[in-house]
Amino acid sequence: MSDTLSDKRKIKCAKKMRDIMTTYYLDAMTAEQNSKQVAWITSGGPVEPLVAMDIIPIYPENHGAMIGASKMGEDLCIKAEDMGYSSDLCSYARSDISCSIVKGGPIGGLPKPDMLICCNNICGTVLKWYEIQARLYNVPLFILDTPVCHTGYSPEIARYVRAQIDEYITFLEKVTKKKFDHDKMNRVGRLAFEGQQLWRKILNTTAHKPSPMSAFDAFFFLALIVTLRGTQVAVDFYKDLLKEMEQRIEDGISMVPNETYRLLWDNLPVWYRLKWLSTKFSDHNACLVADTYTSAWCSALNYIDEDNFIDSMAEAYTRIYLNIGVDQMADQVLDMIKFYDVNGFVMHSNRSCKPYSFGQMNIMKIIREKAGIPVLMIEADMVDPRNFSKSQVETRIDAFMEIVKQRKA
Amino acid sequence: MIYAGIDIGSITAKAALIEGTHVLGTHVILTGYNPLNAGIKVFETLLEKVKIPKADVAAIVSTGYGRASIDFADKSLTEIICHGTGAHFMNPEIRGVIDVGGQDSKAIALDKNGQVENFAMNDKCAAGTGRFLEVMANALEIALDQLGDFSLKADKPSKISSICTVFAESEVISMIAGQEKRENIIAGIHESAAARVAILATRISIEKPVMMTGGVAKNKGLVTALGNRLGLNLVVENLAQENGAVGAAVLASKL
Repeated sequence: MSDTLSDKRKIKCAKKMRDIMTTYYLDAMTAEQNSKQVAWITSGGPVEPLVAMDIIPIYPENHGAMIGASKMGEDLCIKAEDMGYSSDLCSYARSDISCSIVKGGPIGGLPKPDMLICCNNICGTVLKWYEIQARLYNVPLFILDTPVCHTGYSPEIARYVRAQIDEYITFLEKVTKKKFDHDKMNRVGRLAFEGQQLWRKILNTTAHKPSPMSAFDAFFFLALIVTLRGTQVAVDFYKDLLKEMEQRIEDGISMVPNETYRLLWDNLPVWYRLKWLSTKFSDHNACLVADTYTSAWCSALNYIDEDNFIDSMAEAYTRIYLNIGVDQMADQVLDMIKFYDVNGFVMHSNRSCKPYSFGQMNIMKIIREKAGIPVLMIEADMVDPRNFSKSQVETRIDAFMEIVKQRKA
Repeated sequence: MIYAGIDIGSITAKAALIEGTHVLGTHVILTGYNPLNAGIKVFETLLEKVKIPKADVAAIVSTGYGRASIDFADKSLTEIICHGTGAHFMNPEIRGVIDVGGQDSKAIALDKNGQVENFAMNDKCAAGTGRFLEVMANALEIALDQLGDFSLKADKPSKISSICTVFAESEVISMIAGQEKRENIIAGIHESAAARVAILATRISIEKPVMMTGGVAKNKGLVTALGNRLGLNLVVENLAQENGAVGAAVLASKL
């Protein structure tokens, strides 16, 4: 009985997504044989022009997540430290840098890049990280500089970033020796817009009680909106996933059995402890229904003009969650708390991700004051398990859940 | 009805029995290698001490880092809720608790009804825990329970600048080599530990009156240093070390 129940809870689209990701990485691995070029790009970088130019985008950060989830992060991080990199450096950067040398990790390293695209809307570490890789592979590097929008998007920022989009296109034309096709760009832009709209709708389904999926599922299904944004494959897949979620709602299938408490997660996942964390919360009848991380891939939708993607993308890529002021971040969290109707907020203070973790103490205070819900802070790292202490995290989660239960009682 | 609480800490195991608003008795032993055995032993020794048959105990709650090992408990709860409940049981006025144990230090904010509103714990670092003091006591060749009395005789506390326990120990060793007065070094150690713990209390804006619990509350030097740093008088009960076990027993009565 319990077997069939847990089978019923499994999301069927998961297999399809694994297949798509395998094909995607195989295509990238064999790019050279098929006379295709590969660009490495940061997770928040503008990928659509690459898709329009038939360049295969590869995400070292997605690779970092795979390394973490397959529990290979510690070894690769130590190798980077042996090479002289500090243990304080981001664990995605450390594992990517050492992986390029030792060809380790779950897929034996990434395919060699023909160019690197670095956008600093997610952090400053990527600048040096990509410079190191540009030297190692001896390939051209394009940097898109997006100033932090502490209070808003000024005309100066708009002009500055928009001008760089033109430079970006010129860079791509030079490296590929091909002319940029604006019609194709418009088609890709529409697909990117549609994909993000679908992703938002999927994430919104968890407002339903009980939630048809959890943030742990979102962490998994996120891969396509990151890597294949702007393609028909991603749009088709997310249509199927949305349908499945709507069906689960209709059939009353929840991800966490007896969902009683609903929580919101902040920051990147702890990739090597996903299963443990998900069981830990589920044992308390708690479901992490949403998170600030996966929603970053649709939070700038309001700035995108699907009929004029190129002009609007400057703003959309600049005003993402990690590139705005702490007050605005807190406002977004408050909106999510209301929309998903959560009983508590779990913050991951991520040793690796400085821009994500920097304002957390302030956000925590704001949330406690304005939303009045319990907030938990756990210290960990997304890939390096040496920064995770199981018994300490366990006590904190148990104590936090005791408070959440007391409040709801 | 009689209720029991068992608190398995990283260094000591504590048991408490309560009936109504009275604590019938408590007992403390070293935890050692096996937390379950420690739990059985501390509980049974206490039952013998107060001459109460096991069958009279209506319910047991376990707490502390070894809480899950106590398979004969009716429920296990975290130290946070147990220390909060224990402090409220001892003194209903208390709105803040600072618990410094062997491997954890924590600050807990309570509401008027003694329910936990908020808490903060030390991160993965021994600075500001009982273990930190133990390491220092060893380096100074002095018994752990004498640290407090020694430090009260200090005239000019030494300045320990390292946060890391290992580095702080080597700093202390070089002070010993430099023939600094032992009393002053100990007072410096207390200031350093107090600084770490105080951060937790300010992080959650703890309100007065504040009680200090845990084994380290028996160290007068640290209690004074911490009180000075926070600008308040810390309330310390006789059963500070057993407070978590008392809280667990109170929670057992509410199961």
